[in-house]
Amino acid sequence: MADREYGIETLCLHAGQLPDPVTGARVPPIYQTAAYVFDSADHAASLFNLQTFGNIYTRIMNPTNAVFEQRMAALEKGRAGVAVSSGMAAQLVALLTILQAGDHVVSAKTLYGGTHTQLAFNFRKLGIDATFVDSDVPDNFAAAITPRTKCLYVESIGNPASNLVDFEAVSEIAREHGLPLIVDNTFATPYLCRPFEFGADIVVHSATKFICGHGTSIGGVLVESGNFPWDNGNFPTMMEPSEGYHGIRFYETFGDFGYTMKARCEILRTFGPTLSPFNSFLFLQGLETLHVRMDRHVENAKVVAEFLENHSAVEWVSYPGLMSSPYFDLVQKYFPKGASAIMSFGIRGGVESCVRFIESVQFLSHLANLGDAKTLVVHPASTTHRQLDEEAQKAAGVQPNMIRISVGLETIEDILWDLDQALDASQKL
Amino acid sequence: MIVDDIQSLRRILKENRTIAMVGLSERWYRPSNFAAKYLQEYGYRVIPVNPNYESILGEKCYPRLEDIADPIDVVDVFQRSEVVVPIAHSAIKCSAKVLWLQLGIFNQEAEELAAQAGMDVVVNRCMKIEHARLFGGLNFIGVDTKVISSTRSTWVS
Ligand SMILES: Cc1ncc(COP(=O)(O)O)c(C=O)c1O
Repeated sequence: MADREYGIETLCLHAGQLPDPVTGARVPPIYQTAAYVFDSADHAASLFNLQTFGNIYTRIMNPTNAVFEQRMAALEKGRAGVAVSSGMAAQLVALLTILQAGDHVVSAKTLYGGTHTQLAFNFRKLGIDATFVDSDVPDNFAAAITPRTKCLYVESIGNPASNLVDFEAVSEIAREHGLPLIVDNTFATPYLCRPFEFGADIVVHSATKFICGHGTSIGGVLVESGNFPWDNGNFPTMMEPSEGYHGIRFYETFGDFGYTMKARCEILRTFGPTLSPFNSFLFLQGLETLHVRMDRHVENAKVVAEFLENHSAVEWVSYPGLMSSPYFDLVQKYFPKGASAIMSFGIRGGVESCVRFIESVQFLSHLANLGDAKTLVVHPASTTHRQLDEEAQKAAGVQPNMIRISVGLETIEDILWDLDQALDASQKL
Repeated sequence: MIVDDIQSLRRILKENRTIAMVGLSERWYRPSNFAAKYLQEYGYRVIPVNPNYESILGEKCYPRLEDIADPIDVVDVFQRSEVVVPIAHSAIKCSAKVLWLQLGIFNQEAEELAAQAGMDVVVNRCMKIEHARLFGGLNFIGVDTKVISSTRSTWVS
Protein backbone atom coordinates (compact mmCIF):
# COMPACT_ATOMS: atom_id res chain seq x y z
CA MET A 1 0.00 0.00 0.00
CA ALA A 2 1.54 3.32 -1.04
CA ASP A 3 2.13 5.70 1.87
CA ARG A 4 -0.58 8.32 2.17
CA GLU A 5 0.29 12.01 2.14
CA TYR A 6 -1.89 13.20 4.99
CA GLY A 7 -3.42 16.67 5.06
CA ILE A 8 -2.23 19.30 7.48
CA GLU A 9 -5.35 19.02 9.64
CA THR A 10 -4.70 15.30 10.17
CA LEU A 11 -1.06 16.03 10.95
CA CYS A 12 -2.10 18.65 13.55
CA LEU A 13 -3.93 15.87 15.39
CA HIS A 14 -1.81 12.79 14.78
CA ALA A 15 1.75 13.41 13.65
CA GLY A 16 4.44 12.19 16.00
CA GLN A 17 2.36 10.08 18.32
CA LEU A 18 1.03 6.56 18.41
CA PRO A 19 -1.09 5.30 21.31
CA ASP A 20 1.15 4.48 24.25
CA PRO A 21 2.79 1.04 23.81
CA VAL A 22 2.19 -0.02 27.43
CA THR A 23 -1.11 1.56 28.47
CA GLY A 24 -2.80 2.29 25.16
CA ALA A 25 -3.26 5.91 26.26
CA ARG A 26 -4.43 7.88 23.24
CA VAL A 27 -3.14 11.25 24.49
CA PRO A 28 0.65 11.66 24.69
CA PRO A 29 1.66 10.98 28.30
CA ILE A 30 3.65 13.65 30.14
CA TYR A 31 6.97 11.93 30.79
CA GLN A 32 7.91 13.94 33.85
CA THR A 33 11.29 12.34 34.43
CA ALA A 34 14.82 13.70 34.45
CA ALA A 35 16.50 10.49 33.32
CA TYR A 36 16.01 7.00 31.89
CA VAL A 37 17.46 3.67 32.97
CA PHE A 38 20.10 1.96 30.86
CA ASP A 39 19.74 -1.76 30.21
CA SER A 40 23.46 -2.42 30.61
CA ALA A 41 26.82 -0.68 30.55
CA ASP A 42 27.08 -1.46 26.86
CA HIS A 43 23.61 -0.05 26.15
CA ALA A 44 24.58 3.14 27.98
CA ALA A 45 27.77 3.41 25.94
CA SER A 46 25.88 2.94 22.64
CA LEU A 47 23.38 5.60 23.64
CA PHE A 48 26.05 8.12 24.54
CA ASN A 49 27.93 7.35 21.32
CA LEU A 50 24.61 7.86 19.45
CA GLN A 51 25.05 4.38 17.98
CA THR A 52 21.58 3.54 19.11
CA PHE A 53 18.61 5.89 19.55
CA GLY A 54 17.06 6.17 22.95
CA ASN A 55 16.52 8.35 25.95
CA ILE A 56 19.38 9.40 28.20
CA TYR A 57 18.55 12.57 30.08
CA THR A 58 15.70 15.04 29.63
CA ARG A 59 18.03 17.99 29.07
CA ILE A 60 18.80 16.34 25.70
CA MET A 61 15.58 14.47 24.88
CA ASN A 62 12.22 13.57 26.39
CA PRO A 63 9.44 11.42 24.92
CA THR A 64 6.74 14.09 25.36
CA ASN A 65 8.97 16.75 23.85
CA ALA A 66 9.77 14.30 21.06
CA VAL A 67 6.09 14.07 20.07
CA PHE A 68 5.97 17.85 19.86
CA GLU A 69 9.22 17.94 17.86
CA GLN A 70 8.02 15.34 15.42
CA ARG A 71 4.62 16.99 14.99
CA MET A 72 6.24 20.33 14.23
CA ALA A 73 8.65 18.70 11.76
CA ALA A 74 5.68 17.05 10.03
CA LEU A 75 3.62 20.25 9.94
CA GLU A 76 6.51 22.23 8.46
CA LYS A 77 7.16 19.38 5.97
CA GLY A 78 10.68 19.25 7.33
CA ARG A 79 12.83 16.33 8.39
CA ALA A 80 13.38 16.84 12.12
CA GLY A 81 12.87 19.26 14.98
CA VAL A 82 14.33 20.16 18.36
CA ALA A 83 12.14 21.62 21.10
CA VAL A 84 13.65 24.23 23.41
CA SER A 85 12.60 26.41 26.31
CA SER A 86 11.56 29.56 24.40
CA GLY A 87 11.46 31.20 21.00
CA MET A 88 14.62 33.09 21.92
CA ALA A 89 16.31 29.77 22.70
CA ALA A 90 15.16 28.36 19.36
CA GLN A 91 17.00 31.14 17.54
CA LEU A 92 20.02 30.83 19.79
CA VAL A 93 20.32 27.09 19.26
CA ALA A 94 19.59 27.34 15.54
CA LEU A 95 22.32 29.95 15.07
CA LEU A 96 24.97 28.59 17.44
CA THR A 97 24.77 25.20 15.72
CA ILE A 98 26.45 26.77 12.68
CA LEU A 99 28.07 30.00 13.99
CA GLN A 100 31.19 30.72 15.99
CA ALA A 101 33.28 33.77 16.80
CA GLY A 102 34.31 35.50 13.60
CA ASP A 103 31.18 34.47 11.69
CA HIS A 104 28.51 36.79 10.33
CA VAL A 105 24.72 36.79 9.81
CA VAL A 106 22.73 38.87 7.34
CA SER A 107 19.30 39.54 8.79
CA ALA A 108 16.20 41.46 7.86
CA LYS A 109 16.14 44.58 9.99
CA THR A 110 12.44 44.20 10.77
CA LEU A 111 12.56 41.75 13.64
CA TYR A 112 11.06 41.07 17.03
CA GLY A 113 12.89 43.47 19.38
CA GLY A 114 14.36 40.64 21.45
CA THR A 115 15.74 38.99 18.35
CA HIS A 116 17.33 42.22 17.22
CA THR A 117 18.94 42.59 20.63
CA GLN A 118 20.10 38.96 20.63
CA LEU A 119 21.83 39.42 17.29
CA ALA A 120 23.05 43.01 17.58
CA PHE A 121 24.17 42.96 21.20
CA ASN A 122 24.52 39.49 22.74
CA PHE A 123 25.94 37.78 19.66
CA ARG A 124 28.32 40.66 19.03
CA LYS A 125 29.71 40.07 22.51
CA LEU A 126 30.41 36.47 21.44
CA GLY A 127 32.26 37.72 18.36
CA ILE A 128 29.44 37.00 15.91
CA ASP A 129 28.43 39.98 13.80
CA ALA A 130 25.13 40.77 12.14
CA THR A 131 24.23 43.14 9.32
CA PHE A 132 20.60 44.26 9.21
CA VAL A 133 19.10 45.01 5.82
CA ASP A 134 15.81 46.29 4.41
CA SER A 135 14.17 43.03 3.37
CA ASP A 136 11.79 44.73 0.93
CA VAL A 137 14.67 44.63 -1.55
CA PRO A 138 15.96 41.04 -1.68
CA ASP A 139 19.22 42.12 -3.35
CA ASN A 140 20.13 43.87 -0.09
CA PHE A 141 20.85 40.43 1.36
CA ALA A 142 23.26 39.59 -1.46
CA ALA A 143 25.02 42.94 -1.09
CA ALA A 144 25.64 42.35 2.64
CA ILE A 145 27.08 38.85 2.30
CA THR A 146 30.80 38.60 3.12
CA PRO A 147 33.18 35.62 3.09
CA ARG A 148 32.41 35.25 6.83
CA THR A 149 28.62 35.05 6.36
CA LYS A 150 27.08 31.74 7.47
CA CYS A 151 23.34 32.29 7.09
CA LEU A 152 20.50 34.63 6.15
CA TYR A 153 17.75 35.34 8.68
CA VAL A 154 14.19 36.65 8.26
CA GLU A 155 10.78 36.53 9.92
CA SER A 156 8.07 35.16 7.61
CA ILE A 157 5.85 37.98 8.89
CA GLY A 158 7.86 40.71 10.59
CA ASN A 159 7.17 41.66 14.20
CA PRO A 160 5.71 44.22 14.70
CA ALA A 161 5.35 45.81 11.26
CA SER A 162 3.74 42.72 9.67
CA ASN A 163 5.97 43.14 6.64
CA LEU A 164 6.56 40.16 4.33
CA VAL A 165 9.62 39.06 2.40
CA ASP A 166 9.82 37.58 -1.04
CA PHE A 167 10.98 34.16 0.16
CA GLU A 168 11.83 32.75 -3.22
CA ALA A 169 14.05 35.69 -4.10
CA VAL A 170 15.86 35.58 -0.75
CA SER A 171 16.22 31.80 -0.72
CA GLU A 172 17.63 31.95 -4.25
CA ILE A 173 20.30 34.36 -2.99
CA ALA A 174 21.02 32.03 -0.08
CA ARG A 175 21.35 29.06 -2.44
CA GLU A 176 23.66 30.94 -4.81
CA HIS A 177 25.98 31.67 -1.90
CA GLY A 178 25.76 28.19 -0.36
CA LEU A 179 24.15 29.53 2.82
CA PRO A 180 21.07 28.35 4.70
CA LEU A 181 18.06 30.65 4.99
CA ILE A 182 16.64 30.64 8.52
CA VAL A 183 13.02 31.77 8.86
CA ASP A 184 11.20 32.66 12.07
CA ASN A 185 7.72 31.37 11.22
CA THR A 186 6.11 32.34 14.53
CA PHE A 187 3.47 34.73 13.18
CA ALA A 188 2.41 32.53 10.28
CA THR A 189 2.52 29.01 11.79
CA PRO A 190 2.91 26.10 9.36
CA TYR A 191 -0.84 26.20 8.78
CA LEU A 192 -0.62 29.51 6.93
CA CYS A 193 2.87 29.21 5.41
CA ARG A 194 5.57 26.56 5.10
CA PRO A 195 8.83 28.33 4.31
CA PHE A 196 10.54 25.08 3.22
CA GLU A 197 8.24 25.04 0.20
CA PHE A 198 9.87 28.31 -0.87
CA GLY A 199 13.48 27.30 -0.34
CA ALA A 200 14.11 28.01 3.34
CA ASP A 201 16.41 25.56 5.13
CA ILE A 202 15.73 26.03 8.83
CA VAL A 203 12.56 27.25 10.55
CA VAL A 204 12.39 28.55 14.11
CA HIS A 205 9.30 29.24 16.18
CA SER A 206 8.27 30.82 19.39
CA ALA A 207 5.78 28.12 20.37
CA THR A 208 4.53 30.55 23.01
CA LYS A 209 2.28 32.18 20.38
CA PHE A 210 -0.24 30.51 18.06
CA ILE A 211 1.20 27.01 18.49
CA CYS A 212 0.34 27.14 22.17
CA GLY A 213 -2.64 29.28 21.30
CA HIS A 214 -3.81 29.92 24.84
CA GLY A 215 -1.02 31.91 26.41
CA THR A 216 -0.14 29.19 28.93
CA SER A 217 3.52 28.40 28.26
CA ILE A 218 6.84 29.64 26.97
CA GLY A 219 8.62 27.42 24.47
CA GLY A 220 10.25 27.17 21.09
CA VAL A 221 11.24 24.75 18.38
CA LEU A 222 13.60 24.61 15.41
CA VAL A 223 13.03 22.43 12.36
CA GLU A 224 15.39 21.52 9.52
CA SER A 225 14.23 20.85 5.99
CA GLY A 226 16.72 18.05 5.44
CA ASN A 227 17.65 19.54 2.08
CA PHE A 228 20.63 21.75 2.83
CA PRO A 229 23.97 20.50 1.41
CA TRP A 230 26.14 20.90 4.51
CA ASP A 231 29.05 19.37 2.60
CA ASN A 232 29.32 22.39 0.29
CA GLY A 233 32.56 23.55 1.92
CA ASN A 234 31.12 26.38 4.02
CA PHE A 235 30.35 24.32 7.13
CA PRO A 236 33.41 22.41 8.30
CA THR A 237 31.89 21.94 11.78
CA MET A 238 29.09 19.85 10.25
CA MET A 239 31.67 17.64 8.52
CA GLU A 240 34.66 17.31 10.83
CA PRO A 241 34.78 15.21 14.00
CA SER A 242 32.94 17.17 16.70
CA GLU A 243 35.20 18.32 19.51
CA GLY A 244 32.04 18.80 21.55
CA TYR A 245 30.63 15.31 21.03
CA HIS A 246 32.87 12.23 20.97
CA GLY A 247 34.31 12.99 17.56
CA ILE A 248 30.99 12.40 15.77
CA ARG A 249 30.74 13.74 12.21
CA PHE A 250 27.16 14.94 12.28
CA TYR A 251 26.43 15.24 8.57
CA GLU A 252 28.12 12.00 7.62
CA THR A 253 26.49 10.05 10.43
CA PHE A 254 22.96 11.46 10.40
CA GLY A 255 22.63 12.94 6.91
CA ASP A 256 19.40 14.84 6.46
CA PHE A 257 18.85 15.22 10.20
CA GLY A 258 22.51 15.87 11.02
CA TYR A 259 21.91 19.54 11.69
CA THR A 260 19.24 18.93 14.33
CA MET A 261 21.35 16.17 15.89
CA LYS A 262 24.21 18.66 16.17
CA ALA A 263 21.84 21.27 17.61
CA ARG A 264 20.62 18.76 20.17
CA CYS A 265 23.92 17.13 21.13
CA GLU A 266 26.27 20.10 20.96
CA ILE A 267 24.17 23.16 21.78
CA LEU A 268 21.01 22.11 23.65
CA ARG A 269 23.08 19.64 25.66
CA THR A 270 25.71 22.14 26.80
CA PHE A 271 23.81 25.43 26.92
CA GLY A 272 20.79 23.74 28.47
CA PRO A 273 17.63 25.57 27.31
CA THR A 274 15.43 22.49 27.73
CA LEU A 275 11.68 22.59 27.33
CA SER A 276 9.54 21.24 30.15
CA PRO A 277 7.57 18.15 29.03
CA PHE A 278 4.49 19.70 30.59
CA ASN A 279 4.81 22.67 28.24
CA SER A 280 5.17 20.29 25.30
CA PHE A 281 1.94 18.65 26.38
CA LEU A 282 0.19 22.03 26.31
CA PHE A 283 1.68 22.84 22.89
CA LEU A 284 0.40 19.51 21.58
CA GLN A 285 -3.07 20.37 22.86
CA GLY A 286 -2.73 23.69 21.08
CA LEU A 287 -1.62 22.12 17.81
CA GLU A 288 -4.68 19.87 17.73
CA THR A 289 -6.81 22.92 16.94
CA LEU A 290 -4.22 25.05 15.14
CA HIS A 291 -6.02 24.79 11.79
CA VAL A 292 -9.41 25.75 13.22
CA ARG A 293 -8.04 28.59 15.30
CA MET A 294 -5.90 30.08 12.53
CA ASP A 295 -8.83 30.20 10.11
CA ARG A 296 -10.90 32.13 12.65
CA HIS A 297 -7.97 34.35 13.67
CA VAL A 298 -7.55 35.32 10.01
CA GLU A 299 -11.27 35.84 9.47
CA ASN A 300 -11.52 38.15 12.51
CA ALA A 301 -8.30 39.95 11.60
CA LYS A 302 -9.62 40.89 8.17
CA VAL A 303 -12.73 42.41 9.72
CA VAL A 304 -10.67 44.30 12.31
CA ALA A 305 -8.24 45.60 9.67
CA GLU A 306 -11.06 47.01 7.55
CA PHE A 307 -12.74 48.51 10.59
CA LEU A 308 -9.53 50.25 11.66
CA GLU A 309 -8.80 51.48 8.17
CA ASN A 310 -12.14 53.30 8.18
CA HIS A 311 -11.90 54.70 11.71
CA SER A 312 -11.39 58.44 12.03
CA ALA A 313 -8.98 58.09 14.99
CA VAL A 314 -6.65 55.80 12.99
CA GLU A 315 -4.00 57.31 10.72
CA TRP A 316 -2.79 54.13 9.09
CA VAL A 317 -3.14 50.35 9.29
CA SER A 318 -0.41 47.89 8.42
CA TYR A 319 -1.86 44.46 7.70
CA PRO A 320 -0.64 42.53 4.69
CA GLY A 321 -4.13 41.16 4.09
CA LEU A 322 -5.46 44.63 3.22
CA MET A 323 -5.71 45.55 -0.46
CA SER A 324 -3.93 48.78 0.44
CA SER A 325 -0.87 46.89 1.77
CA PRO A 326 2.30 46.93 -0.33
CA TYR A 327 2.62 43.25 0.59
CA PHE A 328 -0.80 42.25 -0.77
CA ASP A 329 0.75 40.47 -3.78
CA LEU A 330 3.13 38.50 -1.56
CA VAL A 331 0.13 37.42 0.53
CA GLN A 332 -1.49 35.91 -2.56
CA LYS A 333 1.69 34.01 -3.35
CA TYR A 334 2.91 32.86 0.06
CA PHE A 335 -0.12 33.09 2.38
CA PRO A 336 -3.15 31.89 0.39
CA LYS A 337 -5.03 31.11 3.61
CA GLY A 338 -4.38 34.58 5.01
CA ALA A 339 -1.62 36.65 6.55
CA SER A 340 -2.17 35.75 10.20
CA ALA A 341 -3.90 37.99 12.73
CA ILE A 342 -1.34 40.52 13.87
CA MET A 343 -1.47 44.07 12.62
CA SER A 344 -0.27 47.45 13.65
CA PHE A 345 -1.99 50.81 13.36
CA GLY A 346 -1.17 54.43 14.11
CA ILE A 347 -3.43 56.47 16.38
CA ARG A 348 -4.03 60.11 15.62
CA GLY A 349 -2.46 62.27 18.32
CA GLY A 350 0.78 60.38 18.96
CA VAL A 351 2.08 58.69 22.09
CA GLU A 352 -0.44 60.26 24.53
CA SER A 353 -3.36 59.03 22.44
CA CYS A 354 -1.81 55.56 22.40
CA VAL A 355 -1.60 55.59 26.18
CA ARG A 356 -5.25 56.68 26.49
CA PHE A 357 -6.26 53.95 24.04
CA ILE A 358 -4.38 51.27 25.95
CA GLU A 359 -5.82 52.42 29.26
CA SER A 360 -9.38 52.50 27.92
CA VAL A 361 -9.78 48.98 26.54
CA GLN A 362 -12.32 46.92 28.46
CA PHE A 363 -11.52 43.29 27.68
CA LEU A 364 -8.77 43.49 25.06
CA SER A 365 -5.68 42.59 27.08
CA HIS A 366 -2.75 44.98 27.39
CA LEU A 367 0.22 42.66 27.51
CA ALA A 368 3.43 41.74 25.72
CA ASN A 369 2.43 38.59 23.91
CA LEU A 370 0.62 37.62 20.73
CA GLY A 371 -1.02 34.65 19.12
CA ASP A 372 -3.32 34.05 22.08
CA ALA A 373 -6.97 33.01 21.73
CA LYS A 374 -7.71 36.33 23.43
CA THR A 375 -7.28 39.66 21.65
CA LEU A 376 -4.11 41.43 22.79
CA VAL A 377 -2.93 45.01 22.35
CA VAL A 378 0.43 46.58 23.08
CA HIS A 379 2.32 49.82 22.44
CA PRO A 380 5.66 48.48 21.11
CA ALA A 381 7.64 51.72 21.47
CA SER A 382 7.20 51.65 25.24
CA THR A 383 7.29 47.85 25.74
CA THR A 384 8.56 45.13 23.38
CA HIS A 385 10.92 47.42 21.47
CA ARG A 386 11.79 49.74 24.37
CA GLN A 387 15.46 48.61 24.45
CA LEU A 388 15.98 50.13 21.00
CA ASP A 389 16.63 53.87 20.59
CA GLU A 390 14.25 55.83 18.37
CA GLU A 391 16.35 55.35 15.26
CA ALA A 392 16.68 51.59 15.79
CA GLN A 393 12.94 51.47 16.53
CA LYS A 394 12.25 53.13 13.17
CA ALA A 395 14.56 50.69 11.45
CA ALA A 396 12.70 47.80 13.09
CA GLY A 397 9.39 49.22 11.86
CA VAL A 398 8.27 50.70 15.16
CA GLN A 399 6.71 54.16 15.13
CA PRO A 400 5.94 56.15 18.29
CA ASN A 401 2.16 56.19 17.71
CA MET A 402 1.90 52.54 16.76
CA ILE A 403 -0.33 49.97 18.46
CA ARG A 404 0.08 46.28 17.70
CA ILE A 405 -2.99 44.10 17.95
CA SER A 406 -3.16 40.32 17.91
CA VAL A 407 -6.74 39.58 16.97
CA GLY A 408 -8.30 36.80 19.00
CA LEU A 409 -11.33 34.60 18.91
CA GLU A 410 -13.90 36.61 20.89
CA THR A 411 -17.23 37.63 19.29
CA ILE A 412 -16.14 39.85 16.43
CA GLU A 413 -18.74 42.53 17.23
CA ASP A 414 -17.38 42.70 20.78
CA ILE A 415 -13.80 43.16 19.54
CA LEU A 416 -14.93 45.99 17.24
CA TRP A 417 -16.98 47.55 20.05
CA ASP A 418 -14.01 47.59 22.46
CA LEU A 419 -11.67 48.99 19.81
CA ASP A 420 -14.21 51.66 18.87
CA GLN A 421 -14.83 52.93 22.39
CA ALA A 422 -11.09 52.91 23.24
CA LEU A 423 -10.25 54.75 20.01
CA ASP A 424 -12.90 57.36 20.82
CA ALA A 425 -11.42 57.72 24.30
CA SER A 426 -7.93 58.12 22.81
CA GLN A 427 -9.04 61.31 21.06
CA LYS A 428 -10.48 62.99 24.18
CA LEU A 429 -8.06 65.33 25.90
CA MET B 1 10.20 -5.54 -6.61
CA ILE B 2 11.50 -2.08 -5.79
CA VAL B 3 9.74 -1.07 -2.58
CA ASP B 4 9.62 2.14 -0.60
CA ASP B 5 6.38 2.16 1.41
CA ILE B 6 6.06 1.77 5.17
CA GLN B 7 4.21 -1.54 5.05
CA SER B 8 6.78 -3.24 2.83
CA LEU B 9 9.74 -1.84 4.71
CA ARG B 10 8.23 -3.07 7.99
CA ARG B 11 7.75 -6.51 6.51
CA ILE B 12 11.33 -6.64 5.22
CA LEU B 13 12.75 -5.58 8.57
CA LYS B 14 10.58 -8.10 10.45
CA GLU B 15 10.99 -11.15 8.23
CA ASN B 16 14.72 -10.99 7.64
CA ARG B 17 17.37 -11.49 10.31
CA THR B 18 20.73 -12.13 8.62
CA ILE B 19 22.37 -9.19 6.90
CA ALA B 20 25.55 -9.29 4.83
CA MET B 21 26.98 -5.77 4.97
CA VAL B 22 29.13 -5.05 1.96
CA GLY B 23 31.69 -2.35 2.70
CA LEU B 24 31.28 -2.41 6.48
CA SER B 25 34.04 -0.38 8.10
CA GLU B 26 35.93 -1.35 11.22
CA ARG B 27 36.15 2.28 12.38
CA TRP B 28 33.47 2.94 14.98
CA TYR B 29 32.51 6.42 13.79
CA ARG B 30 31.80 5.43 10.18
CA PRO B 31 28.09 5.28 9.24
CA SER B 32 28.36 1.60 8.26
CA ASN B 33 29.77 0.69 11.66
CA PHE B 34 27.01 2.70 13.38
CA ALA B 35 24.41 0.83 11.37
CA ALA B 36 25.91 -2.59 12.04
CA LYS B 37 26.22 -2.01 15.77
CA TYR B 38 22.67 -0.73 15.94
CA LEU B 39 21.26 -3.67 13.98
CA GLN B 40 23.15 -6.15 16.15
CA GLU B 41 21.58 -4.58 19.21
CA TYR B 42 18.16 -5.24 17.73
CA GLY B 43 18.93 -8.92 17.25
CA TYR B 44 20.05 -9.01 13.63
CA ARG B 45 23.11 -11.01 12.67
CA VAL B 46 25.45 -8.78 10.68
CA ILE B 47 28.05 -10.55 8.54
CA PRO B 48 30.80 -8.14 7.41
CA VAL B 49 31.93 -8.26 3.80
CA ASN B 50 35.20 -6.40 3.35
CA PRO B 51 38.54 -7.73 2.08
CA ASN B 52 40.50 -5.48 4.44
CA TYR B 53 39.58 -7.00 7.79
CA GLU B 54 39.61 -10.31 9.68
CA SER B 55 36.58 -9.57 11.83
CA ILE B 56 34.34 -6.62 12.71
CA LEU B 57 32.04 -6.22 15.73
CA GLY B 58 32.71 -9.82 16.78
CA GLU B 59 31.75 -11.37 13.41
CA LYS B 60 34.15 -13.03 10.97
CA CYS B 61 34.69 -10.81 7.96
CA TYR B 62 34.51 -12.22 4.41
CA PRO B 63 36.22 -10.81 1.32
CA ARG B 64 33.25 -11.55 -0.97
CA LEU B 65 29.57 -12.42 -0.60
CA GLU B 66 30.19 -15.79 -2.28
CA ASP B 67 32.56 -16.78 0.53
CA ILE B 68 29.77 -16.79 3.11
CA ALA B 69 28.47 -20.28 3.81
CA ASP B 70 25.43 -19.36 5.91
CA PRO B 71 22.17 -18.30 4.24
CA ILE B 72 21.88 -14.53 3.76
CA ASP B 73 18.56 -12.67 3.95
CA VAL B 74 19.64 -9.11 3.13
CA VAL B 75 22.60 -7.78 1.19
CA ASP B 76 23.10 -4.25 2.54
CA VAL B 77 25.42 -2.19 0.37
CA PHE B 78 27.73 0.58 1.57
CA GLN B 79 29.62 1.06 -1.71
CA ARG B 80 29.70 3.64 -4.48
CA SER B 81 26.82 3.41 -6.95
CA GLU B 82 29.17 2.49 -9.82
CA VAL B 83 30.25 -0.83 -8.28
CA VAL B 84 26.83 -2.16 -7.36
CA VAL B 85 26.06 -4.30 -10.43
CA PRO B 86 28.50 -7.15 -9.58
CA ILE B 87 27.24 -7.05 -5.99
CA ALA B 88 23.69 -7.53 -7.28
CA HIS B 89 24.87 -10.55 -9.31
CA SER B 90 26.50 -12.01 -6.19
CA ALA B 91 23.41 -11.33 -4.10
CA ILE B 92 21.29 -13.26 -6.60
CA LYS B 93 23.81 -16.12 -6.60
CA CYS B 94 23.61 -16.26 -2.79
CA SER B 95 19.78 -16.44 -2.93
CA ALA B 96 19.47 -13.35 -0.76
CA LYS B 97 15.90 -12.08 -0.45
CA VAL B 98 16.61 -8.36 -0.28
CA LEU B 99 19.05 -6.01 -1.97
CA TRP B 100 19.32 -2.89 0.16
CA LEU B 101 21.23 0.13 -1.18
CA GLN B 102 22.17 2.66 1.49
CA LEU B 103 21.66 6.44 1.40
CA GLY B 104 22.98 8.05 -1.75
CA ILE B 105 23.38 4.76 -3.63
CA PHE B 106 21.43 4.28 -6.85
CA ASN B 107 22.05 1.90 -9.73
CA GLN B 108 19.16 1.21 -12.03
CA GLU B 109 20.76 -1.80 -13.69
CA ALA B 110 21.50 -3.47 -10.36
CA GLU B 111 18.05 -2.60 -9.03
CA GLU B 112 16.32 -4.14 -12.04
CA LEU B 113 18.53 -7.22 -12.01
CA ALA B 114 17.67 -7.96 -8.40
CA ALA B 115 14.00 -7.15 -8.83
CA GLN B 116 13.76 -9.48 -11.85
CA ALA B 117 15.36 -12.23 -9.78
CA GLY B 118 12.43 -11.88 -7.38
CA MET B 119 14.24 -9.92 -4.68
CA ASP B 120 12.86 -6.98 -2.75
CA VAL B 121 14.96 -3.92 -3.56
CA VAL B 122 15.32 -0.86 -1.34
CA VAL B 123 17.16 2.16 -2.70
CA ASN B 124 18.69 5.26 -1.10
CA ARG B 125 17.65 4.42 2.45
CA CYS B 126 19.60 3.51 5.57
CA MET B 127 18.60 0.21 7.15
CA LYS B 128 19.33 1.50 10.64
CA ILE B 129 17.37 4.72 10.12
CA GLU B 130 14.43 2.82 8.61
CA HIS B 131 14.40 0.40 11.54
CA ALA B 132 14.50 3.31 13.96
CA ARG B 133 11.82 5.12 11.96
CA LEU B 134 9.40 2.21 11.87
CA PHE B 135 10.13 0.56 15.23
CA GLY B 136 10.71 3.44 17.58
CA GLY B 137 14.14 5.03 17.92
CA LEU B 138 13.61 8.04 15.69
CA ASN B 139 10.55 8.86 17.77
CA PHE B 140 12.92 9.87 20.54
CA ILE B 141 14.84 12.50 18.60
CA GLY B 142 12.24 14.55 16.77
CA VAL B 143 12.58 13.08 13.28
CA ASP B 144 9.38 12.99 11.23
CA THR B 145 8.76 9.26 10.84
CA LYS B 146 5.65 9.79 8.69
CA VAL B 147 3.96 7.02 10.66
CA ILE B 148 0.32 7.92 11.36
CA SER B 149 -1.74 5.28 13.12
CA SER B 150 -4.29 4.71 15.87
CA THR B 151 -2.79 1.31 16.68
CA ARG B 152 -0.77 0.97 19.85
CA SER B 153 2.87 1.52 18.98
CA THR B 154 5.22 -1.43 18.82
CA TRP B 155 8.28 0.53 19.85
CA VAL B 156 11.28 -1.39 20.86
CA SER B 157 13.70 0.37 23.13
C1 LIG C 1 8.60 36.71 15.94
C2 LIG C 1 9.07 36.32 17.29
N1 LIG C 1 10.14 35.52 17.42
C3 LIG C 1 10.60 35.14 18.62
C4 LIG C 1 10.00 35.56 19.79
C5 LIG C 1 10.56 35.11 21.11
O1 LIG C 1 9.80 34.06 21.62
P1 LIG C 1 9.72 33.69 23.17
O2 LIG C 1 9.03 34.82 23.86
O3 LIG C 1 8.95 32.41 23.18
O4 LIG C 1 11.11 33.51 23.66
C6 LIG C 1 8.87 36.37 19.71
C7 LIG C 1 8.21 36.83 20.97
O5 LIG C 1 7.50 37.78 21.01
C8 LIG C 1 8.40 36.77 18.44
O6 LIG C 1 7.31 37.55 18.31
